[in-house]
Amino acid sequence: MSLRDDIADEIPRLRRYAWVLLRDTTAADDLVQDCLERAISREHLFQPGTNLRAWLFTIMHNLHVNAITRARRMVSADPTHEAVDERRAVSPAQGDRLLLRDLERALAALSVEQQAVVLLIGVEGLTYKEAAGVLDVPIGTIMSRLARGREKLRRLMDGEDPESKTGKTP
Amino acid sequence: MSIEDRIDDTELHAYLDGELGEEESRAVEAWLAAHPDDAARVAAWRGQKNALAGLGEEILDETPPERMTRALDAAPLPATRRDRASWMRAAAALVVFVAGAAAGWWLHGSGLTGAATREVVFVDRAAGAHVVFTRERRHAVEARADKEERHLVRWLSRRLGRNLNPPSLDGAGFRLIGGRLVADDGGPAAQFMYQDSEKRRLTIYVRRARDVKNVAFRIAETRGVSAFYWIEKPYAYALIGKMERQELLKLGRLVFDHLNAPAR
Repeated sequence: MSLRDDIADEIPRLRRYAWVLLRDTTAADDLVQDCLERAISREHLFQPGTNLRAWLFTIMHNLHVNAITRARRMVSADPTHEAVDERRAVSPAQGDRLLLRDLERALAALSVEQQAVVLLIGVEGLTYKEAAGVLDVPIGTIMSRLARGREKLRRLMDGEDPESKTGKTP
Repeated sequence: MSIEDRIDDTELHAYLDGELGEEESRAVEAWLAAHPDDAARVAAWRGQKNALAGLGEEILDETPPERMTRALDAAPLPATRRDRASWMRAAAALVVFVAGAAAGWWLHGSGLTGAATREVVFVDRAAGAHVVFTRERRHAVEARADKEERHLVRWLSRRLGRNLNPPSLDGAGFRLIGGRLVADDGGPAAQFMYQDSEKRRLTIYVRRARDVKNVAFRIAETRGVSAFYWIEKPYAYALIGKMERQELLKLGRLVFDHLNAPAR
């Protein structure tokens, strides 16, 4: 089995993660596409026996952060995440998915760094060590970002009532 | 509980994420039992984490867009075999395109329209690919069954988005020699090639039934070969060979039975 077969097996997970990040199918698939092309162009740098998934997520994370940096530079007046938020298309409410929608909305309010940690561990189930490898920061940083990010999410979801608006959406 | 024993938030998260050892976990559990506020927050984080794990779950079951798998196949590799393979794919695409355009032009005046036209185009492309590649001696297939059958099956299955196990036609005297990817109107098609002791060659051609309607078994003759085909969405299948109808029909049944066996 070749490295490329192994990479192909990871595509669904990459797509899912990209979609959670961007909430836009086209933007997400573009990100995955860039990630795959970058991975292929660097496949000689991958060390067999190491964690391929973590390697791919590292590439995707870096591409994502670069894209945000570029977008921010273009809207330099706004230091938050406007560029990302705009790409987060709001999908129609579907009964039991209301909670998820709140969560998705709250996620958009996190810093990019917090988002990455919360999602890598929450969505992908990475260990702290793996997340530290992907984001290239010490485990302590992972832990503090995770704690801040999750607590912010919890407050957002407990606090304001995004439901009042959501309920009216068909 | 003394000040030193205070459990901070990062430890609570580490507990939730299964990052703590047994002893540490027990300490956290004791803390939570005594601190309902923290226990409530941990419960909220746990709910969050479960919800996060469910985000976009349906995407995991989707077939990835073709351009992604294409990126994996087409990108350059230093290995010369792959270089040759991609060059040959490009050549194959050109040949089939020309053949397809000719068929389209011919059909234009024939009165056939819509799905029926596209059905004919499908058969014509399958036959065209048969004619082009069965002529090759050294490069008849891109991946050889004797050397890399697993890779062949996996690769073509991935490109077509379904499990594609080439049937064994040994009983009928035809041995699988290999297969290749063929470009069919901008989409991928898989071609498997078989050969018997007299060096007669058969091909099985499969692609997505993007724009054609289901049809039961049919036989068509085009480009000097016979095609046994059927369309059962989401795929279209053709068995091509230069042989008597009866023999083709018999082989076609074998192929059909195999490909329609319950998916593995």
